[in-house]
Amino acid sequence: MNYFPDEVLEHVFDVVTSHRDRNAVSLVCKLWYRVERFSRQRVFIGNCYAISPQRLIERFPGLKSLTLKGKPHFADFNLVPHDWGGYVQPWIKALARSRIGLEELRLKRMLVSDESLELLSRSFANFKSLVLVSCEGFTTAGLAAIAANWMNYFPDEVLEHVFDVVTSHRDRNAVSLVCKLWYRVERFSRLFIGNCYAISPQRLIERFPGLKSLTLKGKPHFADFNLVPHDWGGYVQPWIKALARSRIGLEELRLKRMLVSDESLELLSRSFANFKSLVLVSCEGFTTAGLAAIAANCRFLRELDLQENEIDDHSGHWLSCFPDTCTSLISLNFACLKGEINLAALERLVARSPNLKSLRLNRAVPLETLQKILMQAPQLADLGTGSYVHDPDSETYNKLKATILKCKSIRNLSGFLEVAPRCLPAFYPICMNLTSLNLSYAAGIHGSELIKLISHCAKLQRLWILDCIGDKGLEVVASTCKELQELRVFPSDPFGVGHAAVTESGLVAISIGCPKLHSVLYFCQQMTNAALMTVAKNCPNFIRFRLCILEPTKPDPSTMQPLDDGFGAIVQSCKQLRRLSMTGLLTDQVFLYIGMYAEQLEMLSIAFAGDSDKGMLYVLNGCKKLRKLEIRDCPFGNVALLRDVGKYETMRSLWMSSCEVTLGGCKTLAKKMPRLNVEIINENDQMELGPEDGQRVDRMYLYRTLVGPRKDAPEFVWTL
Amino acid sequence: MQGVFVRGGGSGAVSAGGGSSTSGGSMSTVSKEDNLVLSSEDSSSCLDESELELGLGLSLGGSGGLGACKVQQGPRDGQYARILTAKDFPYLGSSASASSSSSSSSSASSSSSYSSLSRANVTAGTKRSAESVAAASGASSQVVGWPPIRAYRINSLVNQAKLPATEAFNSLMGKSENSNIVVGNGSNSGCDKNDGNAKEQGRLRASLFVKVNMDGTPIGRKVDLSAHSCYETLAQKLEDMFQISTTIINGENHDVMVGTKRPSRLLDGSSEFVLTYEDKDGDWMLVGDVPWRMFIGSVRRLRIMRTSEANGLDR
Repeated sequence: MNYFPDEVLEHVFDVVTSHRDRNAVSLVCKLWYRVERFSRQRVFIGNCYAISPQRLIERFPGLKSLTLKGKPHFADFNLVPHDWGGYVQPWIKALARSRIGLEELRLKRMLVSDESLELLSRSFANFKSLVLVSCEGFTTAGLAAIAANWMNYFPDEVLEHVFDVVTSHRDRNAVSLVCKLWYRVERFSRLFIGNCYAISPQRLIERFPGLKSLTLKGKPHFADFNLVPHDWGGYVQPWIKALARSRIGLEELRLKRMLVSDESLELLSRSFANFKSLVLVSCEGFTTAGLAAIAANCRFLRELDLQENEIDDHSGHWLSCFPDTCTSLISLNFACLKGEINLAALERLVARSPNLKSLRLNRAVPLETLQKILMQAPQLADLGTGSYVHDPDSETYNKLKATILKCKSIRNLSGFLEVAPRCLPAFYPICMNLTSLNLSYAAGIHGSELIKLISHCAKLQRLWILDCIGDKGLEVVASTCKELQELRVFPSDPFGVGHAAVTESGLVAISIGCPKLHSVLYFCQQMTNAALMTVAKNCPNFIRFRLCILEPTKPDPSTMQPLDDGFGAIVQSCKQLRRLSMTGLLTDQVFLYIGMYAEQLEMLSIAFAGDSDKGMLYVLNGCKKLRKLEIRDCPFGNVALLRDVGKYETMRSLWMSSCEVTLGGCKTLAKKMPRLNVEIINENDQMELGPEDGQRVDRMYLYRTLVGPRKDAPEFVWTL
Repeated sequence: MQGVFVRGGGSGAVSAGGGSSTSGGSMSTVSKEDNLVLSSEDSSSCLDESELELGLGLSLGGSGGLGACKVQQGPRDGQYARILTAKDFPYLGSSASASSSSSSSSSASSSSSYSSLSRANVTAGTKRSAESVAAASGASSQVVGWPPIRAYRINSLVNQAKLPATEAFNSLMGKSENSNIVVGNGSNSGCDKNDGNAKEQGRLRASLFVKVNMDGTPIGRKVDLSAHSCYETLAQKLEDMFQISTTIINGENHDVMVGTKRPSRLLDGSSEFVLTYEDKDGDWMLVGDVPWRMFIGSVRRLRIMRTSEANGLDR
């Protein structure tokens, strides 16, 4: 029977929101069917092949929101071939042709082409919401089309203020893709370039003329471990030249793993009037002469931070090049310099720098000078001592003790490059203030003194230390440092045979005692699956987990099993994991776990692991957010490399050395993906660039780029 | 026992899992393992459905562990050999092909002390992989770039290790021995002498200066070994220092070590000079015959010797 007029029914039906109930309603009678048909705005289709788009549109012409699912669930685990189906294109075509007023589209496990997204963005005027879950087949070009057809509600000024709040580079990138206006407004002043060959300086300057702060990275990460030839590239000179020529008002420059010449530093120091901050990490190619130019010419210098650089040290006079008018220093770090320092100049510089907060000295600065400096600068928050060696019964040492008592602001302590452990008690009184302690270069502090020092540091959040602390020492850390967030344990004798090193029990103790731990770098003698599972259970908040067993391919010593399950437990319980390095005996199984669980993983380092191409494929297919993948000495070959070449455009770089990849495989990849640079390092002249495509490639480095092959590649680097 | 280990693992504690695997797991029958291996992929998918179950990790551990156990027992050698092929064979092949293909004058015997060095490494690696754990840890130093520690950090550790221990400083302050060559004494504890004033000390300790003499050149020089991390850069420095002609075989004859600039004639034997050193025992050796770090630990001084005089040196 029909008691109600249609309009009433429509309102009644509005209250019925669940799909199942509405289905039931529509079955009551023809009228209800009809009314429900026109009022149904949200449709859920659990299988896109269960019904045709035409039929759907016929039945629900008032459709506004559509949810579609494509491939079977097991597609998530690579059990369904990539091109099985689940295309969204026919749906969008049909909806557009029928002029459906679509506002929301949710897709899961479907193949979405850029063309589809383009059509979508143009066809539905009121389109409001697009949700893509586990979909593939499209690129950022499709997203740009979506973004470009959105509307602009805000005036520029408002936007600029809004954008100021957006600080993460990734968010800003997303913002700039929304539309032309947003893109224009977003040309922000801070910039991070993770690969100096991904873009040209000219293009960068065109896009970001207001640039003030630039971070550049050069060589691949494995360069740290001597796997990249010294003269591979990563020159900063063209960047500084271009910035100088375009009169960019550069104020900050941060370089990592780049080749920096004295000429570059000289040019830098003369070209940017307001230059304030120079940070060099793991760079090389320059000498103290370049530093002297920086000191002499950058009048407003606030920060000179030299971290782990290989510097040719000509003389200590560069410090005296800071003019007497230079009073703006906030941070000065020259701990990595090997040579002598003009101590008098250093003392004078500190004395006239009232804002100095961070000071890290090198070996050439003795304890007497440290005492004088601390007298001048009790405001320091970050102190790196140089040579901390003296007679603990001397007058000087007593003076230092009294001075340190007044340095209540010190939060970060590092250095002790040389150390007389009996002098350490001078620091005990300020230890309870410390949040960061780096003793990873303090090889002179051993077991008991180390433990005594740390037992005073209850507030530590970050601890870098050598493994001579031992498992027992780590237990003390665990019971003392309840706030610990980051721990790095370095080997004191990386090539020795097993003495004084830490094991799984130290890490387990830490995981029990330090619930806030989120970052670990741990060099150890051995590791067990049981320990890794315990750690995973105790510390589910890891974002960085790097474990290095000094002997590669070492199994779990208690069971002689691979460590697959241990690392599997880590990726399974640490949902936020972004960086992972693994060692020990590992089979393809561990990569299955990683592909399945490590959803947030951005950087993965693999060495001596896996059994077959499957291992790498699990990772490439599973880790959707992966940006950097570095592999050495694994049996991964062309099959793995070439299965999904589109993946590499979503990543910053891929490194493979001593794997099974061949020259032919690399050539194929380069041909298919013109926006990737596929570089082969043929340093030992093992190969000839001829028809011999079957030759194995010793080292391959590929990265996405906007500018094509680089022009400064040395002879032994072939860009395919 | 097996049943508990594989399926019931969910309820068991971690230690129980480990224990059972030591007792029974590794010794399990082959057929059982085969089943597990076959089903491993399915089981992992099933696991996804019950994602939130607490015992998941453990049951995973059980099945995965046994599955992998098979890999271990069956083609154990094959697996290790796999690592070798990935790492070592190209080097062997390459050095062989390099020496055969290079049209240079370098004879087969002198096909560079360098590649012979790396070949030695290769065999060390082989031994390590196949042999016991103890042998292995010693040989891990032979793998280029392993362990993954920044070169800068390794260099500074090496420097540190070669320097006199500082513990003794407290009592011995003032007694100084101002020898520039602080190299040599591998044992820290045995070297109690310290440089008296701390400033001087800082400079000395940061560097590893050794004397260098060249046959036919009256003036000796000093070189800072801590400024180098491999033989290649050292050789280049010396070539520059003594202006030894470095006409290269056109940049083609690269050697096997990583992180090098260009081939050095001093090292590959194609020059009329060879680089030798006196070790801590007073013996004269050819540079390049031991790993760099061992070299750093034992070198006392360097001599660039005429090839004609260098015959009979230990390699």
